[in-house]
Amino acid sequence: MKINDVILRTVTKIVVFIILTFGVELFFSGHNDPGGGFIGGLVLSSAFVLLYLVFDIETVHRGVPFDFKKIAAFGAFLAVFTGIGGVLFGEPFLTQAFGLFDLPILGPTELASVLLFEAGVAFTVVGVVVTIILSISKDV
Amino acid sequence: MNNIVVAPMLIPLLTAIFLVFLRPYLKIQRFLSILSIIATAGASFYILDLIKKEGILRLDFGGWLPPYGIVFVADSFSMLLVLTTVLVAGILLFYAFSSIGQEKEKMFFYPFFFFLLTGVNGSFLTGDLFNLFVCFEVMLLSSYVLITLGGNKIQLVESIKYVAINLLSSWFFLLALAYLYGTVGTLNMAHLSLRVAEVGQGPLLTIISILFLIVFSLKAGLLLYFWLPGSYSAPPTAIAALFGALLTKVGIYALFRIFTLIFYHEPEITHTLIGVMAILTMIGGSLGAIAYNDIRQIVSYNVVIAVGFILTALAISGEVAMEGAIYYLIHDILIKALLFLLAGTMIFLTGKAKIEEMSGLIRNYPLLGWLFFVTLLSLTGIPPFSGFIGKVLIGQGAIESGSFLLLAVAFISSIFVLYSLLRIFMNCFWGETIISEDNHVQLKKGMLLPCAAFGIATLVLGLGVEALETYVSDAAYTLMNPEVYIEAVLDSQK
Amino acid sequence: METLVTLLIGILVTVAVYLLLSRNLIQFILGTAILSHAVHLLLITMGGLKKGAAPLLGENATSYTDALPHALILTAIVINFAVTAFILVLAYRTYRETKTDDLHVLRGFKHE
Repeated sequence: MKINDVILRTVTKIVVFIILTFGVELFFSGHNDPGGGFIGGLVLSSAFVLLYLVFDIETVHRGVPFDFKKIAAFGAFLAVFTGIGGVLFGEPFLTQAFGLFDLPILGPTELASVLLFEAGVAFTVVGVVVTIILSISKDV
Repeated sequence: MNNIVVAPMLIPLLTAIFLVFLRPYLKIQRFLSILSIIATAGASFYILDLIKKEGILRLDFGGWLPPYGIVFVADSFSMLLVLTTVLVAGILLFYAFSSIGQEKEKMFFYPFFFFLLTGVNGSFLTGDLFNLFVCFEVMLLSSYVLITLGGNKIQLVESIKYVAINLLSSWFFLLALAYLYGTVGTLNMAHLSLRVAEVGQGPLLTIISILFLIVFSLKAGLLLYFWLPGSYSAPPTAIAALFGALLTKVGIYALFRIFTLIFYHEPEITHTLIGVMAILTMIGGSLGAIAYNDIRQIVSYNVVIAVGFILTALAISGEVAMEGAIYYLIHDILIKALLFLLAGTMIFLTGKAKIEEMSGLIRNYPLLGWLFFVTLLSLTGIPPFSGFIGKVLIGQGAIESGSFLLLAVAFISSIFVLYSLLRIFMNCFWGETIISEDNHVQLKKGMLLPCAAFGIATLVLGLGVEALETYVSDAAYTLMNPEVYIEAVLDSQK
Repeated sequence: METLVTLLIGILVTVAVYLLLSRNLIQFILGTAILSHAVHLLLITMGGLKKGAAPLLGENATSYTDALPHALILTAIVINFAVTAFILVLAYRTYRETKTDDLHVLRGFKHE
């Protein structure tokens, strides 16, 4: 039986982008305010889960052709890698660096290597959550 | 600052992550796994040697000094266990190559094997109670995956029990952490030890210590072992051997650490309780080991007896007993891995698990039979095998402190170990052979060689006790003198 | 404030224990989830519920909150999230394999 879900589909197409933007916003605000990689990643993955709910798995997979298990592993690698970065410069494991940079459009911005670490966390969360949802839904 | 301290945790972690990407390439996965084990073992050995020269090593993550930051602390006790863990894991990997099957290898067996190793090594090395919780969870999550790998009915049903009981014990862990933090305001182990000594271990702190005792008893299988035989007999042999060798030992390590470093002020309450629990564990384990006919159950109950035996040393708590406990821990990691491998191989060869259904295996597989005999001798504590020295030292410690009841139960439990294993040996290896010419299953070299390697290891460990002596006595000295550990961790100059 | 939160934790634990004792697998899992939320609340309450500025970001405020319990429960929540997700998948697979979610029936599968 095919459910008539025109409204759901139309709304999803817009809402997914709002969710994604909000996820990125949460991710970047995480340095000094509530937010960060884990929460940002959860919001981002909720966008993917919504897509999987509304459209079927094959359609979404055509648009987003990633193996989410590998995304999770990549994220974990990124997070561990920033830890090793400190070791390479002769500092203790997981030491983070930060500094002020004058970027073209944004003006003076504080950049920190924690950002990479948090990106790793976000990737891991997205990868893991989507993998879990897929592994439950696949064989229904 | 010694970045090398994190290597035994970091190398397996990186390997695990890399292996996820290499999912279809089994040959490369195997090769990388072995390479990573060799690297980890090399690093562990280097650290152990460095400790002998420079004393306890410490790494402050991110440069945050203790007690505020997260620290990794490597002393002789933890590094001895890390080194043994890595070596045993390496030999088990070889067994897994030939027995685990392509399907499971493709379902991320190797990555989770290394995540488990990450958790185990992390738990041994951490100097912070909350970090211990995190490493425990890393270890447990990977063990959940490994126990369900393959997903047949028994595995799924047993793993629900296993996950449920571990969820509950993790909950108690967090509860105890919350109360401890609310009471003394720190979670760094060395700092905790100082603060507890300052305010005195009053009734409140003693109750918190008993909460910790419950948590780690659940993980170690001390008295609260009811979940253990079922869970350990469900997964494939290589994984069961990994669990039997390592998982309970991490709980035992945590018990030793906490009750020698932090809560050592009220031995009349806590250590007596541990002694009583150890006695009950040994009695229960012995009854289980002789009651069952399923070879996997017998082997699992042997794990329980060993847990009780090692913890008698903590209840006695003297330097000699501690040395004995450390020797016995190392021995037990080796020999339990071997015992699980032998049991699994026997089931693989005959297709049966009940001991009365097997017979005369020694005619078909002589080397396997003799290896089982060696295991039996080593577990009972016959020289020159590795179980001997641990048992002697724990016995000596018990006599010195006058704990004769513990001594008696500990050594009677050894007789039950002997009896339960002799029962397997006589039923399965002696007598008329049940395997006819055409049913003869060829014993793969890849299965026999790891077993033989463990057999040689227990002999070498038994004969080469002298070589380990300096490390073990240093480890026991640090355990019995907490101020050495505290000074090494809290000294900000280092 | 601490007293109120402690009472709330008590209620959560009560609910969780009731769910844990249920025969239904899903109710059991919900019970473990609520149980861990209770202990997360306990962690943050034991650190003391104070008002104050975030530590390390500046030196102007008169009082700072203790950051450690926050870090602890964040970690604990992440771990709990992973475990709950895993056990949900496990329960689903078990249901597919055994066709039941009744814990008493599941108990019947022995090694025979």
